[in-house]
Amino acid sequence: MRSQLLWSVLFAALTLVGLAGNVRAAETPLSADQETRYRGLLSTLRCLVCQNETLQDSDAPLAADLRAQVRMRVVRGESDADIRRYLTDRYGDFVLYNPPLQPNTWLLWGGPFLLVIAGLTVAFTFVRRSGKRAVAAKVDAEALRRLLEEEK
Amino acid sequence: MRYLIPVGVLAVLVAVFWVGLHRDPREIPSPLIGKTAPAFDLPAIDGADGRMTNKDLRGHARLVNFFASWCAGCQEEHPFLMHLGREDGVEIIGMDYKDAGPDYQGWIKQRGNPYRVVLADSEGQTGIDWGVYGVPETFVVDARGTIVYKQIGAMTPEAWDKIKPFLAPVAAAAPQ
Repeated sequence: MRSQLLWSVLFAALTLVGLAGNVRAAETPLSADQETRYRGLLSTLRCLVCQNETLQDSDAPLAADLRAQVRMRVVRGESDADIRRYLTDRYGDFVLYNPPLQPNTWLLWGGPFLLVIAGLTVAFTFVRRSGKRAVAAKVDAEALRRLLEEEK
Repeated sequence: MRYLIPVGVLAVLVAVFWVGLHRDPREIPSPLIGKTAPAFDLPAIDGADGRMTNKDLRGHARLVNFFASWCAGCQEEHPFLMHLGREDGVEIIGMDYKDAGPDYQGWIKQRGNPYRVVLADSEGQTGIDWGVYGVPETFVVDARGTIVYKQIGAMTPEAWDKIKPFLAPVAAAAPQ
């Protein structure tokens, strides 16, 4: 009889603990739309502690805190741009995996194109020069043959 | 002359890599330099001083040091902070970042207290607002409440050499 009472108390307590856990996990559930935005934001934001991981992937405590911030702001209805600005105001553009196009990133964005242009220029001049040399060699061979004929 | 071109390209590459490899990727420049210190309103840990807000960071320059008893770099810098706070009379505001009260008490009892005031940033919200991403980090806040410098990682004598000039004008302006 007594052990029965003990067991039921234990079960009741465990149930409550379980429920409390569920309530916490489910606090302010995200709608499908919000969930997509939340995931989308996380995958484009950098964890500042493990710098090659997104906020989505990182286990760092700071990443968890920042995820909570992003989640709260998504729930509150802030726009993606507002949420990104909240983070860049504090941590700088480095938190963005996709750096913005601005004067100090012109070289970053334009660099690859400059390299392609430089490479094409070098290749073009090289091909043209070796083409000229090939023509010159042909003329020389003919001149040589003529010289040989004359000598006979 | 033409043979100098590849040598020149090599020299440029070496220079770029030399600079790049000597930079610490963990040091992310703070966008808060030159801006007013972000707002906060936190309780002092030892209770006696009540609360402190960003508005109290006025009148003279001081250091704001984010630390935690669980952080290795903070142990490393602690003796130097003791020297600054106790012997050089530098005003240091401690921000106890995501720390539990008892852990902090033990830490201070064991190592001494270099701080004028220690505030409890238990949730780390002030840390986020100040762009802290790894303790210890130390901000220099000038007399107008503007952040003028940020030291990422432990405070060292070398770092202090860079910080000193920001605090010096106060001493220079003081009447003889």
